[in-house]
Amino acid sequence: MVREISVAHLQRKLTALLSEAAYRLPDDYLKALQEAHRREAAVLGRDIITLLLDNAALAEAERLPTCQDTGMAIIFLEVGQDVHFVGGDLHAALNEAVREAYRPLRKSVIDDPIRRQNTGDNTPPIVHWEIVPGHHVRVRVLLKGFGAEMMSRLAMLPPAAGLEGVKRFVVETVEQAGPNACPPVIVGVGLGGSFDTVGLLAKKALLRPLGTSNPEPHLAALEQELLEAVNALGIGPQGFGGTVTALAVHVEAAPTHIAALPVAVNLNCSAPRRAEVLL
Amino acid sequence: MKVHVLTTPLDDEAVARLRAGDMVRLNGILYTARDAAHKRLVETLSRGEPSPIPLAGQVIYYVGPAPAPPGRPIGPAGPTTSGRMDPYTLPLLERGVKGFIGKGYRSDEVKAALVRHRAVYLAAVGGAAVLLAQHIVSARVVAYEDLGTEAIRELVVRDFPAIVVHDIYGGDAYLEGQRAFRQHP
Repeated sequence: MVREISVAHLQRKLTALLSEAAYRLPDDYLKALQEAHRREAAVLGRDIITLLLDNAALAEAERLPTCQDTGMAIIFLEVGQDVHFVGGDLHAALNEAVREAYRPLRKSVIDDPIRRQNTGDNTPPIVHWEIVPGHHVRVRVLLKGFGAEMMSRLAMLPPAAGLEGVKRFVVETVEQAGPNACPPVIVGVGLGGSFDTVGLLAKKALLRPLGTSNPEPHLAALEQELLEAVNALGIGPQGFGGTVTALAVHVEAAPTHIAALPVAVNLNCSAPRRAEVLL
Repeated sequence: MKVHVLTTPLDDEAVARLRAGDMVRLNGILYTARDAAHKRLVETLSRGEPSPIPLAGQVIYYVGPAPAPPGRPIGPAGPTTSGRMDPYTLPLLERGVKGFIGKGYRSDEVKAALVRHRAVYLAAVGGAAVLLAQHIVSARVVAYEDLGTEAIRELVVRDFPAIVVHDIYGGDAYLEGQRAFRQHP
């Protein structure tokens, strides 16, 4: 049974979702930040966390973007295989939703990495499609600030590097990022797959709400171990020293080749703009 | 923690009082500039052409603000990552810029040049963009309007809060702050 969904409906929902993400930080994140305030040993670190909480509350109350960098819109669409989009051009609708939602926001997208002309409306978004069973459409968005994006890294490790090599690479990435990534950060780790997919795994790890673990016990244990190692760096809120450098480490893994142990680390800043809706 | 209330432009005396880890409250004018404005400004200077903004004693804020909502001078305006401006910082120090506001690490070259030119690097809290914008009284584009958010703006600020990261004595608030909490060998 095919379910028809109009592109206009998708466009309206996506516009609202992008706006919500810009103006309101997720509840699970705010809760984690409040818990971090209790855990942070540095006085300045606690003051900075308080500022971040106050900033989030004021942004929501006044409907202002929590951070001036509302990033590139990264859109994840899981489309049920029984869905048929009707009533217009799907890609044009996605662009239009971004254009509309970013009207009051900063335009940070340029047309070409060398020419560097601002597109003027924050289009195009980055879009990831997945076909899944069923007749629903799950739309998830990240408004990804590039302070943290710029400090993200990828390595094609050899299998001999093993778990130790993975840990070293993750900790090293957070250490090099320091204050640049606006800590307390959220660390998305991708493991496995190929060169192109390991980065996407790391980004998908950032979609997961805080307070959740990887369902695989060995990966959940790795998440916990990495979180402790990262927080032992002492970088702290905004890099001025402290016990809370990261709020969470999320690991997503996929099958890979006998020759490889790909690892990618995608950092998210202390303003993780994220939202989702089911159609 | 020491709090210094400062008025821009800054002179050598004011800068000499600042130590890494101190808080400052800035009043007066800040000039905004980030990646594209720095590139254009430094290219202009290297051709021997005049700067479109005053530089001696001034403070540059690395920011690309969000658009101003109705009735406000500016949208949320937090700091961007300073390290990207490292390649453009020396020519500005040579022309007398006394302070830079951003977030994140600077190169060893910039740190040494700050000491040499008696200038400071300050950090504003990244992610506190809405709160920081409340300290901006007015904003107007004064150069490179075509760059949009990256245009150079003249901001008038009141008690704009920042933390001294690098002072003129080689102090480093990141290094010193982190040392106390680092558990790695």
